Amino acid sequence: MMQTASPATFRDFTLELATEVVEEFRDQPGALIVALHKLQETFGYVDEAAMPMLGRLFNVSRAEVHGVTSFYHDFRRHKPGRYTVKVCQAEACQAMGSEQLTAAVKQQLGIDFHETTADGNFTLEPVYCLGNCACSPNIIVDKQTYGRVTPKSFQALTNALASKAAGEK
Amino acid sequence: MSIRIYVPRETTASSLGAELVVEAIATEAKYRNLDVTIVRNGSRGACFLEPLVEVETANGRVGYGPVTSDDVHELFDAEFLTGGQHNLSLGNVSELPWFKNQERLTFARCGLIAATSVDDYKSLGGFVGLQNALQKSSADIVKEVLDSGLRGRGGAAFPTGIKWKTVMDAQPDGEHTQKYIVCNADEGDSGTFSDRMIMEGDPLSLVEGMLIAGIAVGATKGYIYLRSEYPLTQVILNEAIANAHKAGYLGANILGSGKAFDLEVRMGAGSYVCGEETSLLESLEGKRGEIRPKPPLPALKGLFGKPTVVNNVISLATIPVILEKGGKHYANFGRGRSLGTLPFQLGGNIKHGGLVEKAFGLTLRQLIEDFGGGTYSGNPLRAVQVGGPLGAYFPAELLDTPLDYEDFAKAGGMLGHGGVVVFDTSVNMARMARFSMEFCAAESCGKCTPCRIGSTRGMETIDRIVAAKSEHEREYQHIILKDLCETMESTSLCAMGGLTPMPVMSAVKHFKGDFQ
Repeated sequence: MMQTASPATFRDFTLELATEVVEEFRDQPGALIVALHKLQETFGYVDEAAMPMLGRLFNVSRAEVHGVTSFYHDFRRHKPGRYTVKVCQAEACQAMGSEQLTAAVKQQLGIDFHETTADGNFTLEPVYCLGNCACSPNIIVDKQTYGRVTPKSFQALTNALASKAAGEK
Repeated sequence: MSIRIYVPRETTASSLGAELVVEAIATEAKYRNLDVTIVRNGSRGACFLEPLVEVETANGRVGYGPVTSDDVHELFDAEFLTGGQHNLSLGNVSELPWFKNQERLTFARCGLIAATSVDDYKSLGGFVGLQNALQKSSADIVKEVLDSGLRGRGGAAFPTGIKWKTVMDAQPDGEHTQKYIVCNADEGDSGTFSDRMIMEGDPLSLVEGMLIAGIAVGATKGYIYLRSEYPLTQVILNEAIANAHKAGYLGANILGSGKAFDLEVRMGAGSYVCGEETSLLESLEGKRGEIRPKPPLPALKGLFGKPTVVNNVISLATIPVILEKGGKHYANFGRGRSLGTLPFQLGGNIKHGGLVEKAFGLTLRQLIEDFGGGTYSGNPLRAVQVGGPLGAYFPAELLDTPLDYEDFAKAGGMLGHGGVVVFDTSVNMARMARFSMEFCAAESCGKCTPCRIGSTRGMETIDRIVAAKSEHEREYQHIILKDLCETMESTSLCAMGGLTPMPVMSAVKHFKGDFQ
């Protein structure tokens, strides 16, 4: 049995809602990244259409907003699946077979990094270190880290998550 | 009386099912009509025992681990609430050699207390350092830190007291110059997790450390720049900050002293290079995490152009014990110019991985064999990377190197943040060297050419070495790689490009046979 969280529920993007959720950061110094996190939390990604609004809010150019958004690995430009799975690729996990685990994960989900499964359940991403290096290899699903993951335990986990997602549809 | 059971609310324990264990204990206790209180502590650092469940008994804290939710029913049957025997029994946890042989100063409270409780924190010496600091002048606080010999624990090992003094003396806008304390909690190095552990297990020590720093240099605002890969840490930190506020330790008038200090946690966004202090400052300002050339030093022109202390989590979390027991007490640990203790982190292919706080000077072998118990797989150890992805790879022959900043540098390595990643004989070191270049290419901020372009050329060169059809061709490519590494090392703007050659060249030096 494994700890499982509910699938993410993202709102549909509208400029009105986007403006509303980031308004509170207007007066916080240097809060553009805070606002980008908020947008991604709300919609699952940062919509192109929000960028001119962010520029006006933080008094920077649209190009700068684009530059910041594209600099950071966290910020997505498209809606992800119900669960985002990240598999650690860093040294400590490599020492415990993360390469084989990554291959098994890709094969089980039938997708490569930065892709989403056809049923819309899982988006797969690489990550470099989850800070759980004494219990490698590690993955993180949304906000829950899993240690000592094997191809078999990964299969059990995704099965549990998929049925949870089906139950909440 | 209610029986106290400790189950960590911490990433490692959680990654192995601690929340299910908590649920199972609560359900089982209710079913059996037993009065228990489940305390959420941090990890005591023995990751291999997580989830570690402890019960407070007449004979001290008795441990069981690693516990899964399936074991809980049996544990109740074995009367673990009174310390009963079970095959997961560990006895009195503090008496285990793993803990007994450590020298815990920074991590003295970690795992022992309910992580975010101000009362628990105070019961074991918390906020005594702050009280002492409030009685001292700024200069005397800085002197205490200088006396301790504390050097930046983030990896660069710059004396913390000197940094503080620079910020204390900086007053470009007069007496009321806005200054900042920035905590670098962007612990991106693989094999390091001590920042996370202290933030999850004893977050108030970081709050207190930042407060003392603020009082010392005259800063009223602090930011903790936390990496987004640590979502649970974010929850715990914010809870601790809110509790500190409620108890009067943060805000406009700290404990009635007339001094103000406020703290905010800001999340990173998955960029490794933002662990470099100038890049971190850019990111905190809401910009791309590109390196700033130095000078000007952040101490003089840091966050929003104002004088700023940028310290690593462990440096700041060590300040309370220095102010509590005195700089001289801290300097009694360690040796030479490496004074005090370092929380080492054992990871990768290791049997007993976790956090070991010891005075500088023990050898890598003592750490890996005595504490770590050798490799997880049971195969012989082949390589160890110390100090994160930018640290050198050591072969087994160098295991007797003492863990000390200077000795490590002498051996061609870098102690850095104290992360130790163990590899067994299955590792291919040419692939690890290529990975270092690949990682640098993926994470380079792009500001300077040697790092941005050099890393990609490095990857290609290593590929050509491995694919070489003749010895002559291979040697030729080795010369190119060496030259490229020297260029990156001496001309990159920051440690990302400047140190990527370290793992690469150490792999070539010690494991040249793998490069074919």
